[in-house]
Amino acid sequence: MAANFPPSIFLMAGALLVPFLNGRARNWYTILLPAAAFCLIWQMETGLSWHIHLFDHELTLLRVDRLSRVFGYIFTLNACAAFVYAFYLRSSLQHMAAIIYVGSSLGVVFAGDLISLYLFWETMAVSSTFLILARKSKKALEAGMRYILVHVAGGLLLLAGIFMHISRTGSIEFAAMGDPNWASYLILIGFLVNAAAPPLSAWLPDAYPEATVTGGVILSAYTTKTAVYTLVRGFPGWEILIWVGCIMTIYGIIYALLENDMRRILAYSIINQVGFMVTGIGIGTMISLNGSVAHAFCHIIYKSLLWMSAGSVLYMTGKSRCTDLGGLYKTMPWTLIFGAVGALSISAFPGTSGFTSKSLIIDGAVHVHLMWVWLVLEIASAGVFLHAGIKFPYFVFFAKDKGLRPGETNLPMLFAMGFMSLLCILLGVYPEPLYALLPYQVHYQAYTINHVVAQFQLLMFSALVFFLLLPLLKRTETVSIDTDWLYRKGLKFCMAVITGLLSRTESRCERVFVHIIPETLSRFTQRPLTAVVISCMKIMGKGQSAVDRFREQRGPEIATFGPIGLPVFLSLMFLFWLFLFFGF
Amino acid sequence: MASKNDFDYFDKPKNIRRLWFMLYVACGLTVIPDLFTTRHAHFWIDAFFGFYALLGFVACTVLILFSKLVGLILKVKEDYYGG
Repeated sequence: MAANFPPSIFLMAGALLVPFLNGRARNWYTILLPAAAFCLIWQMETGLSWHIHLFDHELTLLRVDRLSRVFGYIFTLNACAAFVYAFYLRSSLQHMAAIIYVGSSLGVVFAGDLISLYLFWETMAVSSTFLILARKSKKALEAGMRYILVHVAGGLLLLAGIFMHISRTGSIEFAAMGDPNWASYLILIGFLVNAAAPPLSAWLPDAYPEATVTGGVILSAYTTKTAVYTLVRGFPGWEILIWVGCIMTIYGIIYALLENDMRRILAYSIINQVGFMVTGIGIGTMISLNGSVAHAFCHIIYKSLLWMSAGSVLYMTGKSRCTDLGGLYKTMPWTLIFGAVGALSISAFPGTSGFTSKSLIIDGAVHVHLMWVWLVLEIASAGVFLHAGIKFPYFVFFAKDKGLRPGETNLPMLFAMGFMSLLCILLGVYPEPLYALLPYQVHYQAYTINHVVAQFQLLMFSALVFFLLLPLLKRTETVSIDTDWLYRKGLKFCMAVITGLLSRTESRCERVFVHIIPETLSRFTQRPLTAVVISCMKIMGKGQSAVDRFREQRGPEIATFGPIGLPVFLSLMFLFWLFLFFGF
Repeated sequence: MASKNDFDYFDKPKNIRRLWFMLYVACGLTVIPDLFTTRHAHFWIDAFFGFYALLGFVACTVLILFSKLVGLILKVKEDYYGG
């Protein structure tokens, strides 16, 4: 009999045991736990579901269909490899946070309703923050703080959208959103924050490179890809996503070209790659949606591989900036080879996984005759080879020898990288098993002569340009101002405008209500008769000199009657007459 | 530290010249099939000979020059964020 227990709860409950284990036992446990979750997903039948009751709603913690299953496979598979890579690590905090993070991302993927999706969504944000904080440097603490703030803000937008959606439709089911309205737009923005779509993208290159060595590997896979999953499920065929995706692809390239830190280059290239997936979702045909899912699958593998390769360099040298690195091919040849497989895969080199998955998205654009979209994606494909395919390995492993001789990294790290490299090549030469897992059954042949030749032309000439223009790509010790500028400076400007406006209004109110009106009225209380006569003189059109003369001639007036002032006396008289009038 | 026993194939000027030569040859080889096969063009724009080679060349040149240009405005010192 098939077990129908949610893999998310299985992993999150399993994470609670991590602190009770020590040494290698803990490492083995962290590898076996996601492996068991993989087996759990493997044997679950499509159509299976698992519910719990909460208040008036029935939450669906498990909904197994082709879409959720394929993400479930790759999430658990990648977690296994990442924990093999992290075999050297003896930190129960990091392992626990990582397993909860993976578990909650599985929770999002298998959630059948919006409420449980939201709960897992926020658990992801909190648990992933610990992978950044665990580095314990000042920069990491600050980046972690900014990271959680952005995600809480995005989560609140999502929550507002979910509540509005539930009150509109009366249903909590998470399915494709119908007509565009405020609720669906808020949910879309909430998802796009996690997909790192500009201008809501600055958190990713800000936070991921500050994470720990293994934290970076794990972070690179889940947050953005759960967002891709939610977009495939909720917003297939929304045209706005085509343009958001196209912008993401080019934005990622430009910033990666400017960047000096190797892990920030890889962070920007995540945005570039997710851009391809988002475009595919926007196109919304069966082939392009399949393409987005296939690309997410392959991307998780080769991107993890690239982060592992960069992580090994950081682990062995303690350095991350291209200006500090170079010439490492001499002592880290295996890290270079595995990193190069990842670099070729991300560049969609024929024979690697990127080629067999990205082609689906680009052909999806061709099928619906979107020439400009197709052209942007081809240009972006050339650009990927520039920034991630060549720039990353070139500046880290070749370029100028900085005299670093760190030696090769440890065996578990190499083993994990070797495994991921193998997967990249396997999926590149034999993609049919992956195609069979995709949400829609489409027959697709990536290897046609035309396609392979076109891809080789595109990539080889991109490489030629890289080396011809190498002097222009010289690394500088700089960072680039990102889209956070918009809210960092923009909100400051808004605050300045608002406070300026308020303080001007306040000073004007003070002039009128504290000075002009009371001072004018006070004349009537100090010299009431003179004030009345002067008012009459002004109304009758007497000149200012006559008014001044009259004012000087008048002496002080008796405005008091015994111990009380005139206004009080008049008020008392008024009350007295009222009493007489109404009392009798 | 560097030692004389290092594997330094990619540091030698002779080998770098060889690699340049191989790169040019590889680029040349990729356009040769266009002479013998008729490409099934997707749009009017990609129908002509060596389209993808030209696209790769022009696109990357423009991307690098454009990033260089915006870098003049966007690049700031590493301690910009107070780090």
